[in-house]
Amino acid sequence: MFKITQLSKTFHLHTQQRAEIPVVCDVGFAVHPGECVALTGESGSGKSTVLRLIYGNYLARTGSIRVGSTEIVAADPRTILELRRTTLGYVTQFLRVLPRVPTTRVVAEPMIEAGHNATAADAHARNLLRRLRIPETLWNLSPLTFSGGEQQRVNIARGFAYDYPALLLDEPTASLDAINRQTVLDMIGNAKQRGCAIIGIFHDHAARKAVCDREIDISQFAAA
Amino acid sequence: MRKTPLFSVSGLRKSYGAQLGCRDVSFDLHPGEIMGIVGESGSGKSTLLSCLAGHLAPDHGDVCFDVDGTGLVSTLAMPEPERRLLARTQWAYVHQNPRDGLRMSVSAGGNIGERLMNIGARHYGNIRQDACSWMDRVELSVGRIDDRPATFSGGMQQRLQIARNLVTSPRLVFMDEPTGGLDVSVQARLLDLLRSLVQDLGLSVIIVTHDLAVVRMLAHRMMVMQRGEIVETGLADQVLDDPQHPYTQLLVSSVLQV
Repeated sequence: MFKITQLSKTFHLHTQQRAEIPVVCDVGFAVHPGECVALTGESGSGKSTVLRLIYGNYLARTGSIRVGSTEIVAADPRTILELRRTTLGYVTQFLRVLPRVPTTRVVAEPMIEAGHNATAADAHARNLLRRLRIPETLWNLSPLTFSGGEQQRVNIARGFAYDYPALLLDEPTASLDAINRQTVLDMIGNAKQRGCAIIGIFHDHAARKAVCDREIDISQFAAA
Repeated sequence: MRKTPLFSVSGLRKSYGAQLGCRDVSFDLHPGEIMGIVGESGSGKSTLLSCLAGHLAPDHGDVCFDVDGTGLVSTLAMPEPERRLLARTQWAYVHQNPRDGLRMSVSAGGNIGERLMNIGARHYGNIRQDACSWMDRVELSVGRIDDRPATFSGGMQQRLQIARNLVTSPRLVFMDEPTGGLDVSVQARLLDLLRSLVQDLGLSVIIVTHDLAVVRMLAHRMMVMQRGEIVETGLADQVLDDPQHPYTQLLVSSVLQV
């Protein structure tokens, strides 16, 4: 589902003494449907950068990133938007939403954008919020007022709302208590069972052990 | 999203004497897409928007629109009455200052109804009903329908301008700094409103702003202008998170974090 070859990324910071920061060089790996792969390596080794390159949030100039049949490198914006709508999900560490939009709507949105009807999407969103133990009294409020852990769970509900065939997870279990952590691990397990290919960053060693089939150490691709 | 563009601009250039407005601007906009145009004051973004919306005649280049779903036609080569009809029916233009887009001496309901009457609506009851439903949609109290916009706050005026523009179900909306000049709490409400309207109605939007947060929240794609030229273009979140051009990097890094 994911096939990455000879991927390199260097940041050129024109405004800061024209600094050039090479992050990763010649990254290459593949992930099959139903497989969950953990990216490892110390902080700053480029794990999140690799996730962002795959999502098209950072611009890759060299190499190849294929998600399903779509090539990300040098793809036009429309291709990436379509891929994100139907194929590739991304659970970021932090929730970023417009103020005032109710939580149920935030969670239901990816399903609606992918073409589900609004009522079904709303019902599914409610199920997910219940499963992730967000109190029902909060569902009609904007998640921006929630605690950090609640925001993260809303973010996870949103990321898992639509059954994407490919998922990127950036520390999905950080700052969760034991029960919620187990729920998220179960959700990852369910996604794998339906054939979803997952690339994740998990600092939590036990979580990594529980859901990941393989580990890829990103520091082996450190730029010289 | 459909595969053919709704709107297409090629090689657009406009100068004011020796002073450059904008040059070499080309892009396509597909149905349902939101394009953000950013740049500092004087970078030519408002000039560009005026040329796109037919308020200014460009010196070079073409602006094409798919009028009836059969393909792009040049709006510059169109006879004037046809272009005016297009501007009244399929296009809408939201000004930065609501006073430029509203008739201040006419009631709120009249402001909304006028656009309908311009395209042939005559039944008073229906017009009034449409006006009421749009007042409600932009979160204005229907009880204020007979009040003049001069008695409204800036944020209310901006919402009224949006209602007046969207009542005729346009397919393409031009917006010039729609949240400029509003305080932040009003801005957030307006952004949320704009986003849900755009989603529900499937509108295509070209939005000029200097506020990068507006682009992040609303736009799919963005273009960055400097001294009349487009220096960078791409997926909105990619340009904001991984800007390539020195000027874009300067813009993005100059935003104060709250």
